[in-house]
Amino acid sequence: MTTENTGTGNVANPDPGPLSTGSRMTGVLGGLCLIALGILVLFGLFLSPADSNQGDAVRIMYVHVPSATVAYFGCFLTTVGSAIYLWKKSQWWELVAYAGAEVAALFTALTLVTGMLWGRPTWGVFWVWDARLTSTAMLLLLLLGYLAVRRIDADYEVRAKRAAIVGLLLVPNVIIVRQSVQWWRTLHQPPTLFSDGLGSKIEGLMLFSLFTGFIAITMVFVWLLIHRFRLAWLEEQRDAQGLDAAIFERRAEGVPS
Amino acid sequence: MFSDAWLIAAKDLRLEFRSRVGLNQVLPFALLVLILFAFALDPDRGLLEKATPGLYWVAVLFSGLLALQRSFAVESADGVSDALRLSGLDPAGIFLGKVLSVSIQLLILELMLGIGVAVLYGASISGWFLLIPTVVAATVCIAAAGTLYGVVAAGLRVRETLLPLLLLPVLAPVLIGATRAFEAALNGTPSEGWPWVGLMSVFAVVYMVAGIFGFGPLMEES
Repeated sequence: MTTENTGTGNVANPDPGPLSTGSRMTGVLGGLCLIALGILVLFGLFLSPADSNQGDAVRIMYVHVPSATVAYFGCFLTTVGSAIYLWKKSQWWELVAYAGAEVAALFTALTLVTGMLWGRPTWGVFWVWDARLTSTAMLLLLLLGYLAVRRIDADYEVRAKRAAIVGLLLVPNVIIVRQSVQWWRTLHQPPTLFSDGLGSKIEGLMLFSLFTGFIAITMVFVWLLIHRFRLAWLEEQRDAQGLDAAIFERRAEGVPS
Repeated sequence: MFSDAWLIAAKDLRLEFRSRVGLNQVLPFALLVLILFAFALDPDRGLLEKATPGLYWVAVLFSGLLALQRSFAVESADGVSDALRLSGLDPAGIFLGKVLSVSIQLLILELMLGIGVAVLYGASISGWFLLIPTVVAATVCIAAAGTLYGVVAAGLRVRETLLPLLLLPVLAPVLIGATRAFEAALNGTPSEGWPWVGLMSVFAVVYMVAGIFGFGPLMEES
């Protein structure tokens, strides 16, 4: 993925469209992402203090909590995009759903990995069967199911429609799975950030680091989403153009010279 | 819609009755799963008896998956899916008919597996007042979600591997709910089981609605 748009297009091609997934806007955004991540590293690893209970492990939270949040947002995008695709047959929204699911899967995996790395020093084990861990793992599997349907080897219409049905049910499924797993068992520490009003338990530099994390991770999410969307769009264009070219060639064969 | 559903269900059940694939293959597989559990968990340690509700529902899920794949395999052969599309039957009716026929097959399977765990694992079955609603709710959940995801995977080259990946995570709440409700029934504390029956009912309604509205678009293509 280059972050620079050539902008000239192919002269022989009547409808060039963008030839890269990058543009000036995403280039700037990518630069800002790097700066934000740099600030996050500075505050998260060096300037913020260690927690009195969790020690240095608390620093993982500055990535973990924002990752989980944007992952949920990605799932939400997938369901909304799928619903609009089924309703209005808009390819734009279908690709938003696809891009959202893929980036959400990445951030869900990141949430699980960072959670496990945090759990080892804090709880003594990588994995406990508590409600949130289990439902996050199920969320990842649901997303992988959606992506598996979206990538089946079939026509765009078939893939898109079937994936949209799965995508539409993604958020309802996540809600039901969460509810069932929550009743099943609950050990996870309750959410600290918003439980008794904003910032009542996390203060000062730690709170600032967490918000830096939110900003940086959200920017990375948006950057990835835009690129993934454009890549999916280019892939569909390529497939469609390949088909047109093949039809054109076949027709040209039949013409007596 | 309901007369169409009845037609489809009768057709599928007649097919099953005549081919006896369910009787000759799915049911023996279900019993095999029960025996494999006994091999994996030493029967003398009392683990089997303790884990009976969970093992029972895992066996139902796995053998139900076979029954579901079978129910879509009969549609994909010989252009039956095109014939169904051309038949003018209401897609919602086709969905309900499939759910009905799968539910009936699952109920027979569950009854046989119930006898299996009672005999093989020495489980004493009690609390019928809770057991029966649990079985009905879980069966409708599995049949409705299975039929919807079954048609998502139908007709694809990867359908055998795709359906379990799609369906099993979705059915996780049903597995948890049915297992907990069974435990509550067998332990004689039915009040703990009713919330799970409620959760499964919500699940069943979500999938029935999604299937009734989603089956039409899914049948248009493929």
